[in-house]
Amino acid sequence: MSDILILTPNIAEADDFYADLLAAHDGLSKAESDAFNARLLLVMANHIGERAILKQALAAAALQPKEEQS
Amino acid sequence: MNKIFEVPMYPYEHHADQDAPFPARRKVVIIGAGPIGLAAGIELAQQGIEAVILDENDKVSFGSRAICFAKRPLEILDRLGCGQPMVNKGVQWNVGKVFFDDRQVYEFNLLPEEGHQRPAFINLQQYYFEEYLVNRVRELQAQGAPIEIRGRNKVSAIGTHPDHVVLDIDTPEGSYNLEADWLIACDGAGSPTRRMLGIDFVGRVFEDNFLIADVIMEADFPTERWFWFDPPFNQGQSALLHKQPDGVWRIDLQLGWDIDKEREKRPENVIPRLKAMLGEDVEFELEWVSIYTFQCRRMEKFRHGRVLFAGDAAHQVSPFGARGANSGLQDTDNLIWKLKLVMEGKAPESLLDSYDSERTYGADENILNSSRSTDFITPKSEMSRLMRDAVLDLSEQYEFARPLVNSGRLSVPCTYDGSVLNSADALFDGPARTRPGSPCPDAPLGEDFLLPKLGNEFILLTIDAEAPDEIEEAGITVRRLALSVKDDRTLALKERYLGNHDSGVYLIRPDQHVAARRASYDDNQFRAAIRRATGME
Repeated sequence: MSDILILTPNIAEADDFYADLLAAHDGLSKAESDAFNARLLLVMANHIGERAILKQALAAAALQPKEEQS
Repeated sequence: MNKIFEVPMYPYEHHADQDAPFPARRKVVIIGAGPIGLAAGIELAQQGIEAVILDENDKVSFGSRAICFAKRPLEILDRLGCGQPMVNKGVQWNVGKVFFDDRQVYEFNLLPEEGHQRPAFINLQQYYFEEYLVNRVRELQAQGAPIEIRGRNKVSAIGTHPDHVVLDIDTPEGSYNLEADWLIACDGAGSPTRRMLGIDFVGRVFEDNFLIADVIMEADFPTERWFWFDPPFNQGQSALLHKQPDGVWRIDLQLGWDIDKEREKRPENVIPRLKAMLGEDVEFELEWVSIYTFQCRRMEKFRHGRVLFAGDAAHQVSPFGARGANSGLQDTDNLIWKLKLVMEGKAPESLLDSYDSERTYGADENILNSSRSTDFITPKSEMSRLMRDAVLDLSEQYEFARPLVNSGRLSVPCTYDGSVLNSADALFDGPARTRPGSPCPDAPLGEDFLLPKLGNEFILLTIDAEAPDEIEEAGITVRRLALSVKDDRTLALKERYLGNHDSGVYLIRPDQHVAARRASYDDNQFRAAIRRATGME
């Protein structure tokens, strides 16, 4: 497995995934949605597992310009 | 009936030093007869060095206080000659349960690694712990060892000099002066010594209060550790139930910051809380109630000339993970052999600076771990709580989330990576857990175990390797302990000390940390390693 975070399109049927993501929040209150997102994040993070990738993902989510990422 | 912590264990006695025309000079004076001060005194006395322990009180710890003692401190106590009574009396447990809201989310079994003489840890009230140490002091005194405890001797001023300190001591019969070549301050979190010397102490304050209650009950609760996050009986807070010897249970309830401490401590307020937790029908008796807050902080330096700080006086952590008394015992274990060599003129005084560098490193590791536990147990922001609750919810269904649940990480000794006393690792690709700086892991040797054989002097451990039976280098005598992988049919010795190698030679310090290792004996290299481990190069 590569230790470089993928930041190019990588989700098959991206529109379907995005629709699934929104559908998962249907009918949830703000608090329930926040909790759902937190659980989803942890499930995905565990699947990735690699600390190096997770660190890059944290930096990417912070929208840091590329030269500042380490 | 009086509890043990209500009986004077070292009542005030008049000492000839109080009548001396000029202040008497003692080798080492220790301030504080708590677990750390007593351990320091015992180790000194065992090494034949005069130790005078002063305490403003005359009794053991009031209430149970520190109750979890981990394997490493038990191994240290074995060398102090009092590990066995602690283990005999202590409660051992392996099963823990984690509750969230109104339900159990999971259960775990610690399944400690095989092949160690001592358990992963025991629960034992601090007053028993101190009693057994005091018993050991009495035993040493009966053998003529130079150790004494002076109860109700309160140090009121300290004068520091390049080669000694002068103490003003108040007693029930007035005050007197005493000089000491070396002073070890083990006088706890509020260390008067630190204050008298005007030394700064900064760190992170956690704004929270915890109620601790020791209750005596004949309940059918199993010998397990139960931890609640946000339970119905203590909403928004945490709770812990833990068993101690004699049918005493430790209950720890988080109360939050903005409370009236005196009010919360009153039995009429404590008892309803406990009934809500234990059930209305459970009969119990309150033995001790206390409210505590805590800080995570350490002194910038543990050595100030001839004054050495150890235990809570030098560093404080949150109670989660049992890193207070446990790390304090590792302080004095690290300090005393170095002090002995310096006092005997066999090592330069600068060796004591390695006490500072190694134990501040250890303190930082403990502060990091206990701060992380505290952040998980008592989330301080909305997002922190959201993540914490997500982990707990997931842990009920998925195993992956359970290692993220942090209700206190088991105290383990630190590896002094990068210490100036270490020689470079020359057992290439050897087991990481025994690299230079590591505390020696135990291993079975037939009916016996490895650690008791290592003792409390420098030792050359050879496993299927040739070496002289004794080396003397710069006044340090190092005895050889010759073993073979065949001595341990479980192969734990091979796995922990050799890995893929067929042989190994280890230089082990008196505190049973690895100083150097290679696959075979090399005279020049090991002599250099001895000098390095004693601060001579």
